[in-house]
Amino acid sequence: MSHSSTAADPFVIGGVTLDSRLIMGTGGMTSHDALRTALVASGTAMATVAVRRVDPSTRHSLVDLLDELGIRILPNTAGCFTAADAVLTARLAREAFATDWVKLEVIGDDRTLLPDPVELIEAADQLVADGFTVLPYCGDDPIVAKRLEQVGCAAVMPLGSPIGSGLGIRNPHNIELIVEQAGVPVVLDAGIGTASDACLALELGCDAVLVASAVTRAVNPELMATGMRHAVVAGRSARRAGRITRRFHAEASSSFDGMATGSTVTTTGHTPGAGEPVDPSSL
Amino acid sequence: MTEATHDSMPVTINGDAGRLPTATSVDALVALWCPSPRGVAVALDGEVIPRSLWPSTQITPGSVIEIVTAAAGG
Repeated sequence: MSHSSTAADPFVIGGVTLDSRLIMGTGGMTSHDALRTALVASGTAMATVAVRRVDPSTRHSLVDLLDELGIRILPNTAGCFTAADAVLTARLAREAFATDWVKLEVIGDDRTLLPDPVELIEAADQLVADGFTVLPYCGDDPIVAKRLEQVGCAAVMPLGSPIGSGLGIRNPHNIELIVEQAGVPVVLDAGIGTASDACLALELGCDAVLVASAVTRAVNPELMATGMRHAVVAGRSARRAGRITRRFHAEASSSFDGMATGSTVTTTGHTPGAGEPVDPSSL
Repeated sequence: MTEATHDSMPVTINGDAGRLPTATSVDALVALWCPSPRGVAVALDGEVIPRSLWPSTQITPGSVIEIVTAAAGG
């Protein structure tokens, strides 16, 4: 199948080319084997992991699995509520996985899991100064995204809707505003429920999507991973192709010229002109 | 961890109070605690200890130690 990141249209973050525009989360899967199968089906080049206390009873190593599959590790700071906690977690991750990349996540409460923008920007600032390549999970606020870019983040990762909600992209306009102003890659993170959400993110101009629950909690994770893989290819192609303008009235794709006479319907070709009603959603 | 003797010291490892032999290095603790040191990081009293310093870093009485690794997560 075709790929979502190609030589002609590469996906690059922090100077590194990733071979897929689908970044996977690893949380929520029922088994190690199911995770492996879904990761392979997704075609992903990078997957997130959380940093947690060693459980001596754990038999499988996530690090070994990702290494074996050639998937880059993106440690996250999930569960952190303060900049100080997030910075410590990122430093632990750097030491554990020998990477200075981090998905920076600083949440404001455990009911919404929405990002705390004040703590987030503070943590991003400290980590950038400490040499990290920072990929912050943020709200869909264009101003916060701009501030994160200004402190030196290598990407911005706005949510479509709350983590694990599967509500899709609730404010596509804000995502488009973030894309329009961004000088770094935009990764739609959180809220994706199914393939069309991922496709829409790419159509809106996001460079990639990060998907966890939509795959890992699907009835058939492997099949959903396959769907997501196709969705980012489709969305990116459509974005690059340039969609048609939305119209209020129909626009025939078959020419009326050269029609045989004697037709029961008499009509003339019509092109909407100035002063005609315009579909507000096309503005 | 070990019995309370004059050759042991109180520590907190991953939130649990216990005892370690005195003068245990971080290196030795990781060997005791983890099947493999791969993908593991250690913080001693809130400071991350670089892997290269594990053998030469001694744990002191009352230390609060965090030993972490990768877990499934978004």
